[in-house]
Amino acid sequence: MTLGAAFERGTRAAAGVAEAREDGWAVMQVGMALWGVAVLLGAAILGTLLQRAGVASRLVYSLCLGACLAVLGAAGWHLLFVSDAPQSVQLPIGLPWTGAHFRIDALSAFFLVLANLGGAAASLFAVGYGRHEPTPGRVLPFYPVFLAGMSLVVLAADAFSFLLSWELMSLASWALVVAHHHAAENTRAGYIYILMASFGTLTLLLAFGLLAGPDGGYTFDAMRRADPTMPGLVLLLVLIGAGSKAGLAPLHVWLPLAHPAAPSHVSALMSGVMTKVAVYAFVRVAFDLVGEPSWWWSMVVLAVGSVSAVLGVLSALMQRDLKRLLAFSTIENVGIVFIGLGLALAFKADGMAAAAALALTGALLHAFNHALFKSLLFLGSGAVLTATGERDIEKLGGLIKGMPLTAFLMLGGCLAISALPPLNGFVSEWLTFQAILLTPQLPQWGLKLLAPAAGAMLALAAALSAACFVRAYGIAFLGRPRTPEAARAAETDRFCLAAMAACLALCVIAGILPGLLIDALAPVAQALAGTRMPVQTTVSWLSIVPVAESRSSYNGLLVLLFITASTLLTIEAVHRYASRAVRRGPAWDCGFPDASPATQYTADSFAQPIRRVFGEVVFQARERVDMPPPGDTRPARLAVTLRDLVWEAVYAPIAAGLAVVTEKLNHLQFLTIRKYLSLTFAALVGLLLVVAIWR
Amino acid sequence: MALILGLLLQGVQMLLVLALAPLLLGFTRTVKARMLRRRGPPVIQPYRDLLKLIRKEAVIADNASWLFRASPYMIFAATWVAAALVPTFATGLTFGWVGDLIVITALIGSARFFQALAGMDIGTSFGGIGSSREMLFASLAEPAMIMIVFTVALVAGSTQLSFIADFMPGNAGLRVSLGMALVALIIVAVAENARIPVDNPATHLELTMVHEAMVLEYSGRHLAMIELAAAVKLLLYVSLIACIFFPWGLATAGSGALAYVAGVAAYVGKILVGGFLLVLFETSIAKMRVFRVPQFLGAALMLGLLGTLLLFVSRSF
Repeated sequence: MTLGAAFERGTRAAAGVAEAREDGWAVMQVGMALWGVAVLLGAAILGTLLQRAGVASRLVYSLCLGACLAVLGAAGWHLLFVSDAPQSVQLPIGLPWTGAHFRIDALSAFFLVLANLGGAAASLFAVGYGRHEPTPGRVLPFYPVFLAGMSLVVLAADAFSFLLSWELMSLASWALVVAHHHAAENTRAGYIYILMASFGTLTLLLAFGLLAGPDGGYTFDAMRRADPTMPGLVLLLVLIGAGSKAGLAPLHVWLPLAHPAAPSHVSALMSGVMTKVAVYAFVRVAFDLVGEPSWWWSMVVLAVGSVSAVLGVLSALMQRDLKRLLAFSTIENVGIVFIGLGLALAFKADGMAAAAALALTGALLHAFNHALFKSLLFLGSGAVLTATGERDIEKLGGLIKGMPLTAFLMLGGCLAISALPPLNGFVSEWLTFQAILLTPQLPQWGLKLLAPAAGAMLALAAALSAACFVRAYGIAFLGRPRTPEAARAAETDRFCLAAMAACLALCVIAGILPGLLIDALAPVAQALAGTRMPVQTTVSWLSIVPVAESRSSYNGLLVLLFITASTLLTIEAVHRYASRAVRRGPAWDCGFPDASPATQYTADSFAQPIRRVFGEVVFQARERVDMPPPGDTRPARLAVTLRDLVWEAVYAPIAAGLAVVTEKLNHLQFLTIRKYLSLTFAALVGLLLVVAIWR
Repeated sequence: MALILGLLLQGVQMLLVLALAPLLLGFTRTVKARMLRRRGPPVIQPYRDLLKLIRKEAVIADNASWLFRASPYMIFAATWVAAALVPTFATGLTFGWVGDLIVITALIGSARFFQALAGMDIGTSFGGIGSSREMLFASLAEPAMIMIVFTVALVAGSTQLSFIADFMPGNAGLRVSLGMALVALIIVAVAENARIPVDNPATHLELTMVHEAMVLEYSGRHLAMIELAAAVKLLLYVSLIACIFFPWGLATAGSGALAYVAGVAAYVGKILVGGFLLVLFETSIAKMRVFRVPQFLGAALMLGLLGTLLLFVSRSF
């Protein structure tokens, strides 16, 4: 052996070692994520065993926090540094002939980051919040399983593990929804939730069945290679299955019931993260597994998204229950995400890869942003709930005095969700608007007409959402306390505050440095849309330029800087050169101040103009004034009725039909043995006939 | 050197809008008084009012929170930054790329958010009614504005105001869609600035008031900041209309000092004409009932949507 050959072999071996090490490191991220999940499942067992111990809740939630941070680190590392090399592992569990496949690629890494960020915030909050839980035994075992289920859905790489994880997530969250089962409304919420969840899983099962084809290629890799039969049907089924979990209208009815019923940190997870896991399922199938999209799919997605956005925010405006209001607002935001996804599908179908990358990035960024600010708002509502025992905003008021820090953090959340610059909600909606401005280049007429309408709906939803959160914040946190409980409210503990502050800090960072997030999403867009958005971090002053400098640009950092600078400058100038004297006095109120807090504007009266303008069609809102005749001493009353048209048009007929059918089928229980035998025989003959004809 | 010049121009622009805003307000008041056969206050009265208010002590309700005291400055800052992003006398300003038309709309939305919250802070029924109606109007005016932005952006191929202003004079021509956008933008501007027929800037103590109801509890320097912000907002909308639809006389980046002077002169002329037309419109129309306003704004929304749809059908409309 010559020296040269030996040297060559040596380098090759060294290269092999390097490759192996890279592989090992990459596999380590899947492994680390799975280990994190295992820790979560362990925490669940701990929660079951320790449920009587006082430290249990603190221990379990701290474990969850640690596990979430670990998975977050692994997924973040993957997304930022090795996202071009998806890595998978196969575990010898599950179906014997396939095993369980888990895979991490850019898309799942992104959603893992999102899920575990939300999970970490909720767990940190719960370290403090868990003390107030009256029945920890009903929450502690299921909470870690819920977190584990969400991470596993995102990691799963075959239909079997996907559906199993999906059900794990659904059932654990159902158990958490009915944790406080003594309230009748919570049991009803749980019942409707589990019905809708089962239905959703059924459609997903059928969709994966179609994707797998007759050969039963249940791994995602096999599905990617195969040409699916009836891809349109697959998309519709996934839209129903994932959409019902995400809360798309008209499949949203369970969401505003179930999300508020759970303990607040779980509500934050369900609204902030679980709906995003559903978005992940849709993106995974529609952009990855099913192959090339058709343009008409995007019309369905766009229409459903726009309707959800406006219906969600209008419903939110009518709510008095703070948590239910937030749940309806989740429907709105999921609608906005799906508008972006619909646009991306349209662009992808027509081969406009750059525009598809823009729309997809906008949608995923909005999903990320929504996870942050909705978690913050739900956590804040939990803090309000523990401080006052109230979820009804009509019984709150003036909380900014008793809970100044919570009030400040919630204000940030309200600004972010109302899509106001320089916070993060604005950036993603701005990107979606930029994507809509590219739609005239689409060739199909249907899309040309639908896209601007979707844009108008998006703008309407954004404006109404500002009204909704002015109302929620103004009634609950500002003004005078309407009840003694609200007047006595005291600041929440430091864990809760830390969790909310972390969410707000991330909202601000995502708002002023969106270019970093867009660049982090580049591998996802590259993989799913075929190309990526232009590199943003090299643009001067950290602006974002989605298409070209001459088209549009936005710089959140400078907007924040300008606003801060001019605010401080003005305050300084006014105080220095004009006056800084302040005198406190009774409220002016045009000379007729009334000491009773009942004379304040209420949440219902705040919503009244919007109810009159939009609600007469959407909710069939009717106002009835009962004015007693002169001399009668009973008070005059104003009764407002709102109808849920979706429930009446879709769900009530189905429920009524089911009742009729079951009533009829009930007769089958009381037949003679002869009739049962003949029925069995007839069924056998019928099935044989079907088989004979089918062959 | 170029950077310093650019920063200087940006600074001039910011100070210019601040200096001219009360002038436009005073001009409209004087012209309006003359049209009503009154003598009216002198044109510089708003400056005097602001100076008077800013020197007075602020009387604040006992239960006002920090938000109440911070809001006037936030409202003013957000409006001022938005106004600074609109090219007034020159295009291609150094920080023009910080935000496009959508950002300007949203910044005004931020100012309104704080204004509506401040209206609810004391817990009076007047504040609540003002905030509630303001948010109703905004929920229609903002989508109308976005649709106008769409129309303009589809014609000019940009949402960036500097590019739109450079594009429009030579290339746009007369278009149906732009006409619709102009009418819609005027409606939105009238509504956003609480002018007749949507709101009456001269009322106080009237159940139909919207803007005044929200700021009822303010006094002294806080009121001065809000009044100044309102004046800047009026100027912003007039500048916006001038910049998109009548962008003549704007100095381009790098042109000589004379062009800038001419640009300022053209700009002052444009806002005076705009103010005059606004007053003409106001004096010839009666104030609407509150629940007629949604129809008024709905017309703007429909015009904007129609303009956008026309451009989706054909780029030549």
